[in-house]
Amino acid sequence: MTISTGNASPRPVGLGSFLRPGGRVRSLGGQVVSILVTLFGLLVLTFVIGRMMPADPVRAIVGEDATQDTYRMVYERLGLDRPIWEQFFRYLGDVVTGNFGVAIRTGQPVISDILHVMPATIELATFAIVIGAGLGIPLGVIAAVNRDKWADNVIRVFSLLGHSMPIFWTGMIGLIIFYASLGWVGGSGRMSSFYIGLVRGPTGFLLIDSLIAGDWNVFWSALNHLILPASLLGYSSSAYITRMTRSFMLDQLNQEYVTTARVKGLSRHDTIWKHAFVNIRVQLVTIVALSYGGLLEGAVLIETVFAWPGFGQYLTNNLLIGDMNAVMTCVLIVGVIFIGLNVLSDVLYRVFDPRTR
Amino acid sequence: MVLPHDTILDVGKLSVSYRSDTGYVDAVRNISFSLGREKLGIVGESGSGKSTVGRALLRLLPTARITADRLDFQGQPLLELSEKQMLDIRGRRMSMILQDPKFSLNPIRRVGDQVAEAYLIHFKCSKAEARAKAMSMLEAVQIRDPQRVYDLYPHEVSGGMGQRIMIAMMLLTDPDVVIADEPTSALDVTVRLQVLGILDDLVSQRGIGLIMISHDLNLVRNFCDRVLIMYAGQVVESLKASEMESARHPYTQGLLAAQPRIGGSRAPLSVLDRKPEWEIPLEGAA
Amino acid sequence: MTDIVNAPKPASRRRSAIAPLLNVLRFLLRSPTSAFGLAVIALLVLLAIFAPLLATHDPNVQNLNNVLQPPGGNHLFGTDELGRDIFSRLLHGTRITLNIIFLVTITVGPIGLAVGTIAGYLGGIFDTILMRITDIFLSFPGLILALAFVAALGPSLNNAIIAIALTSWPPIARLARAETLTFRSSDYIAAARLQGASPFRIIMHSIVPMCLPSVMIRLTLNMATVILTAAGLGFLGLGAQPPMPEWGAMIATGRRYMLDSWWLVTFPGVSILLVSLAFNLLGDGLRDALDPKQMNRR
Repeated sequence: MTISTGNASPRPVGLGSFLRPGGRVRSLGGQVVSILVTLFGLLVLTFVIGRMMPADPVRAIVGEDATQDTYRMVYERLGLDRPIWEQFFRYLGDVVTGNFGVAIRTGQPVISDILHVMPATIELATFAIVIGAGLGIPLGVIAAVNRDKWADNVIRVFSLLGHSMPIFWTGMIGLIIFYASLGWVGGSGRMSSFYIGLVRGPTGFLLIDSLIAGDWNVFWSALNHLILPASLLGYSSSAYITRMTRSFMLDQLNQEYVTTARVKGLSRHDTIWKHAFVNIRVQLVTIVALSYGGLLEGAVLIETVFAWPGFGQYLTNNLLIGDMNAVMTCVLIVGVIFIGLNVLSDVLYRVFDPRTR
Repeated sequence: MVLPHDTILDVGKLSVSYRSDTGYVDAVRNISFSLGREKLGIVGESGSGKSTVGRALLRLLPTARITADRLDFQGQPLLELSEKQMLDIRGRRMSMILQDPKFSLNPIRRVGDQVAEAYLIHFKCSKAEARAKAMSMLEAVQIRDPQRVYDLYPHEVSGGMGQRIMIAMMLLTDPDVVIADEPTSALDVTVRLQVLGILDDLVSQRGIGLIMISHDLNLVRNFCDRVLIMYAGQVVESLKASEMESARHPYTQGLLAAQPRIGGSRAPLSVLDRKPEWEIPLEGAA
Repeated sequence: MTDIVNAPKPASRRRSAIAPLLNVLRFLLRSPTSAFGLAVIALLVLLAIFAPLLATHDPNVQNLNNVLQPPGGNHLFGTDELGRDIFSRLLHGTRITLNIIFLVTITVGPIGLAVGTIAGYLGGIFDTILMRITDIFLSFPGLILALAFVAALGPSLNNAIIAIALTSWPPIARLARAETLTFRSSDYIAAARLQGASPFRIIMHSIVPMCLPSVMIRLTLNMATVILTAAGLGFLGLGAQPPMPEWGAMIATGRRYMLDSWWLVTFPGVSILLVSLAFNLLGDGLRDALDPKQMNRR
C-alpha cells in the first residue's frame, strides 16, 4: 500500500505535479508544449462551464423584464445562435486578442476591472505568504528535528488547526476580538474610510503608494487593516508549508551526508541548517509558490469578510449577479496564475539544483 | 592477545542498546579492545553490530543507550564528555569514512567546499587558507586535477573519486583515529585496491590508528594488522591477521571455510550453518 | 458507476481484511490526537442519528418574540435573529454535513477510480488524455472551480455537492493511476490476461480491489477539505439556502449580528472547526498507520 506523503520523491507531489507526471524534469520544449496544452484545456473548461450550464447569460445582461426583441438581439450579439464549435473559436479568438468582454456590474472591460482589483489581493496574499512561510518553515524544521517528541506533536496539532479552520469564520472571530473588543487592528477595508482617496498611487499597492507619497497616516492605516486578514491567511497556509517542510526535512535527516557533517564535527544546529536545510530550499520554493496560488482560494472568503476590495470580492460579486463572462474570466486568470507559478517553480528547480543542470 | 604500545583508544565492555516496546534490545554487547597506531579490522556480517561500534565511538547514536566500563580516547573518558567537548573531538581527532560517496557527500554543495569545511570547523583561518589546504589534500589522495575537481558537485564525480574525496575530507585535520566503515564496498572492484592503497599510505605516513569495519574477511586480513570477529553483537574472537588460519572460534572457522581460494578443493564451498553456541565468545576475546 | 465499490468480493478476502483493519484501529487509538478525531467523528454520527430526539426545539420554528437570546436558560446556545434555537439547528446541521460528505465521497471515489485505473491500465493515448484532463482540473484551487460550477448550475445544496464532487476527483484519479501502474506488470495480472480476460474485467476484478485501500484513505483525508469547501460555499450564499440549518449558511446570516450577538457565528464556526479538525487528525493518524516507512521505526 503506497500512500503518497511527499516523502519518497525528491520533488514535491501535489497541485504542482501536473506539469511533470513522471516526477522527472522535462525538456524545455516538452514543457512549452505541455503548458500550451494545459492552457488550451483551461479554455475548453471555462468555455464549457460558461456556456453549457443552466445559467442564462442573456437574462443576466438584459434583466428579467426585457422584451422578447431585446432578448433576441442580445442573444444574437453574443453569438449564441451559432453552432457550439463556432462559439468556441470565437471565444478562443477573443481570449487570444485580449478581449474578455464587459462586466455587467461596472460597465467596464472585465480585464481592466481585474487589473484594478488585483493589487489589493496581491498585497494581501504577499503579506500572508511571508507570514505563512516565516511561520511554517521553521516550525516544520523543528518538528522534523524533534520527531515524535512533544514539540513535534504540539506543532502538528497547531498546524492541523490552521488547516481545519473555516477562514471566513476565523476572520469574523478575529474582527470581534482584535478590532471590536481590543481595538488593536483596523476593521474592514484596506484603510480607514477617512483616508480613502487620499493616495492614488502608481502601483495600486497601498503600502508602496503611501510610502511614495510620503503619507505615513495612510501607510499605518493600511498596515493596520492588512495585518489581521494577512495573518489569518498566512496561518492557514502555514499548515501545508509546515507539513511539507517536516516531511522533506525528515527525508534529508535520514541521509548519510548528515552523518558525514556530524562526523566532521559540526554541531547539530549547523548540521541541520547548513547541510540538511540547504537541500530542501528548492523544494520549499515550489511549496511556497503553490501556497501562494492557493491563497487566492482563501482570499475569496476572507475578502468577503473584511470587505477587501480585491480579486476575491470581485469574483463573488459577479457570481452573485450571475455575470458568467466576468466569472469565467476570473477563473481563467486563476488558472493562468497557477500555471505561471508552476512554471516559475520549475525554472527555480533548474537554476538552483545542480543535479538538474 | 598482544597489547599494542602507545594505546590511543581503550574500550572496555562497550554495550549499545535501543529502546523497544519490551525494554532494551542490545545491538552491541560487552565488547573490549584497544587501538594503537595500527590497523585494526572489525569483521562481521550485516546486523552483527560492527557499524554500530564505529558510531558509538563517535557518540553519533542519538536514540541509543551507550554504556561501557571504559571508553578512553587518549586518556579522556568519551562517555563523560559534554556534547560540546565531543564537537572538538569529532572530525578533529577522530573521524570516520562512510560507505558510499553517492550518499555521504552533500549533493548540492561543491565537493571541495565540503572538504574545506572540515578544516574550517576546527581551525581559525580564512576561507582561502582552508581552500588551499583542501586543494593540497585532494592532491594527496591522488586527484590529478584538484582545481577542477574542487568545484564539482558530488553527482559529477565517480565512485572511486568520491571516496578519495571522502578520505581527503576525513584526514585533512590530521586525526589520531580514523574509522573506515566499509570504505570500499560501494566501489567497483577495479578501483577498490587503488582507494585502499591511498588510504593505507596516508594512514601509515601520518601514524593514524585505523579501525576498518568490513564484511569482507579477505580484504581485512590482507589490509589490517589485527582482526576482531563480531557475531550477534559480540566480539567472538580477536587475532592477528597473520594468524588467521589458526582461528579457534567455530564462527571464524566457518567463515574461513566459506572463502574460495585458488588451488583449493573443487568441492562446493561450505555454507554457514548457524549454531546457538556461536554466540559464546572465546576466552579472552571479549 | 457505483457498482465498482459494491462489487461482490469473495468472502475470504473480506475476512482477511478485518485483521489489518483492527490493527489500524488499535494504532489509531494509541495516539491521543487520532483517538480524539475518531471520537469526534463517532459523536457526529451519533448526534446526526439522534438529532430529532436530542434537539430541544424545532430547528425551523421562528419565534419573533424571542430573537437573539444569549446562551443559557431555555436555549443552550441562544437563539438567532428569527428566534430559532441555535443548538437544535446545529444538531440538525450534522445531518447536512454528513450528507455532503457521504454524497461527495460516493461520487468522487468511483469517478477517480475509474479514470485512474483506466488510464493506468490501458496506458498510451488513454493515459495521456485522461491525465491531461486531470491536470487541467488540478490547475485550479478547489474552491475557485467549485464556485465556477455553482455559478453555472445555480446556487443550491445539491449543486454545491455536485460542484465539490466535480472538483475533488482528480487527486483520487492520480492516486489510483499510480497504484495501478505498480500492479499492472505483476504476474497475476499477466495470468488473468493470458486466460483471456477482457481489460474491463481485469480492471474491475483485479485492479480496483487492490487500489481500494489507499483510495479509501485518501477519501478520508479529503473529507476535511470537503467540509470546509461546503461551508465556504454556504457562507457565500452559493450552497445550502436558508432556512436550511447548514453551518456555513448560519454563519453567513449571523454575520450581520456578530458584534452584538457573538453566539450566532461562534457555535456554528466551532462545529465546523471541530469536525474538520477531527477528520484531519484521523487522516494524519491513518497516514502514519499505513505508511510503511513510519511503521518500521516502532
